[in-house]
Amino acid sequence: MRVCEWRELGRVRYGDALRLQRELVEKRKQGAIPDQLLLLEHPHVITLGRNGRLQNLLAAPEVLERAGIEFFHTDRGGDITYHGPGQVVGYPILDLREWRRDVVAYVRALEQVIIEALAQFGLRGERVEGRTGVWIDGRKIAAIGVHVSRWVTSHGFAFNVSTDLNYFRYIVPCGLAAPVTSMWELGARAELREVHAALVAAFSRVFECEMIGPVIPAEQVK
Amino acid sequence: MIDVVMPQMGESIVEGTVTRWLKKPGDRVERDEALFEISTDKVDTEIPSPAAGTLAEILVPEGQTVPINTVVARIDETGAARAPSAAVEEAAAAPPAEQPAAPPTPAVPAAPEAAAAAPAAAAVEDLQAAAEAVGPLSPLVRKMLREHNLDPRLIKGTGAGGRITKQDVEAYLAARAREAAAPPPPPAAEAPPPPSTRAEAAAAPPAAAPPPAVAAPPPAAEVTPVARAEAPKVRVEPMSIMRQRIAEHMVLSKRTSAHVTTIHRVDMTRVARMRERYKAEVQQRYGFSLTYLPFITRAAAQALRAYPLLNASIDGTNIVYHNEINIGIAVALDNGLIVPVIRNADEKSVIGLQRAIADLAARARSRQLKPDEVHGGTFSITNFGSYGSLTGTPIINQPQVAILGVGVVEKAPVVVDDDKIAIRSVCLLSLTFDHRLIDGALADQFMQKIKSVLENWSEEVL
Repeated sequence: MRVCEWRELGRVRYGDALRLQRELVEKRKQGAIPDQLLLLEHPHVITLGRNGRLQNLLAAPEVLERAGIEFFHTDRGGDITYHGPGQVVGYPILDLREWRRDVVAYVRALEQVIIEALAQFGLRGERVEGRTGVWIDGRKIAAIGVHVSRWVTSHGFAFNVSTDLNYFRYIVPCGLAAPVTSMWELGARAELREVHAALVAAFSRVFECEMIGPVIPAEQVK
Repeated sequence: MIDVVMPQMGESIVEGTVTRWLKKPGDRVERDEALFEISTDKVDTEIPSPAAGTLAEILVPEGQTVPINTVVARIDETGAARAPSAAVEEAAAAPPAEQPAAPPTPAVPAAPEAAAAAPAAAAVEDLQAAAEAVGPLSPLVRKMLREHNLDPRLIKGTGAGGRITKQDVEAYLAARAREAAAPPPPPAAEAPPPPSTRAEAAAAPPAAAPPPAVAAPPPAAEVTPVARAEAPKVRVEPMSIMRQRIAEHMVLSKRTSAHVTTIHRVDMTRVARMRERYKAEVQQRYGFSLTYLPFITRAAAQALRAYPLLNASIDGTNIVYHNEINIGIAVALDNGLIVPVIRNADEKSVIGLQRAIADLAARARSRQLKPDEVHGGTFSITNFGSYGSLTGTPIINQPQVAILGVGVVEKAPVVVDDDKIAIRSVCLLSLTFDHRLIDGALADQFMQKIKSVLENWSEEVL
């Protein structure tokens, strides 16, 4: 069975997470490490994908700065999005050659992971044709944006658990004028760590791999 | 001219959008270097160049969506090869992927390696010529052709537009192996069998950084006469994944925390007597030996109750106090270490702690820990005294803020009350703490609490 290491990184600034991903992608390409699933939170940040339109940012950069929100242009697919405390961000670094060489199947699988994790908390996530992500009653609960280089993935999904949804008012999420929601707003007041556990279990089922971890805190002692 | 086509990034995908050209017409491009980016659904993909040469023309501009296998650009290979400077560049960039001269391989295997490299180099030239006859080849297929020294014109392509796919090469190799069953095996037979997906990932490094494993020199046995004359001065082997993880985390911790270590001497005589008294009975009744570690762990748990800042972690500019006292115990493995966690350590007796320590250590060594058993620690203890160390300055186990190091318990002459010298069991305990959160005074109070519990040990073991 393929192995996937998972890590809980806590709250990580977007730029730092980007650097870590690049490092891991390089190692993954060299076959130096197995597949990885990074689970983390970002401090308030708004990111714009390569194909994003800046008009979907509704606030001037100075306004963001005053509100303590960072802004990044990034190399993932998708349009504009917000990350912040209470949102589980998942960055799988997978070599798709060992799974399926199919980026669309990959995105559908990420949706499946989130749908199965939501089910653990009694919520029914859905797909909406032509609108990648996971939705509940017409509101988006998880966004997806991926980058692939030589079949190795980076970026991934952003899943609102207890996110302060007010921050989405600075943007048109994913360029869609559709509302967003969170698990807490829907009455499922889960802790991030419980959600991590549900995601890891679902990831293992959907990608048919053995999850090893969390690997970060285990081995740092003299 | 080599055609660059819109690749198919999945079964159901019929078209793709060019989002960005990373090269301009006239730019030099290496084989496998990222050439352009495409977008399908919510996925952005970098597409590597199928060949080295000059980007001759771009046929599909940024922002345009085209069906898969549409030619989006052309690369002029020959032009590049004719230009002397470019040829030098290419020689420097491409062949080393197969022939890593740079890594410190000893001189010994040079001869067989050079012999192996010669046909490969020839095949590269063939490939350039043959590519024009059979159309574009993917980087993977090129690599396979080179590895097995095959002429692509002999292989029937079944891919889009008659392109040769990986499966085609594998089928060809399998057929050839069947034909050549009786006579001496072709050179390809020595190469690994058609790569499994796992092996393929390991064997397909980017051209710039070939791991030594890929082109490992042949076993020394084949070159014994030379080997004896010039024994290699070094041996290079890749780190295990666990080793890499440990390295990464140690440096991460050093970068994260402001490490300070304080060392306290503790008189363990009372604990030593207690241990002597119950050792045999514990062994008989529970089947494990009684060590000093559960006493120290118990004292540490009590001190953590008294000084909760030592049981905290840092989140940005917040202090996170953990209500549970979960103590990680570092366990040395054959070539690494792991820190399984005793949950709610403050609720356990000395016997309960000893049982947990023995159980976690045994399962750590047989690699049978469950993920949640190495997770959620709020403080750590490392017992280097068991290897004879007097004291040490351990590295904090992130995101914790302190770690206790236990030195060896030894009998030593100690000046006791009334200026007499007595023989006592003594141990040095060291605490590395994160000065971002904990000041020296607090760290030392914490240590004095541990010292006081141990020196005045009164709790019965059984």
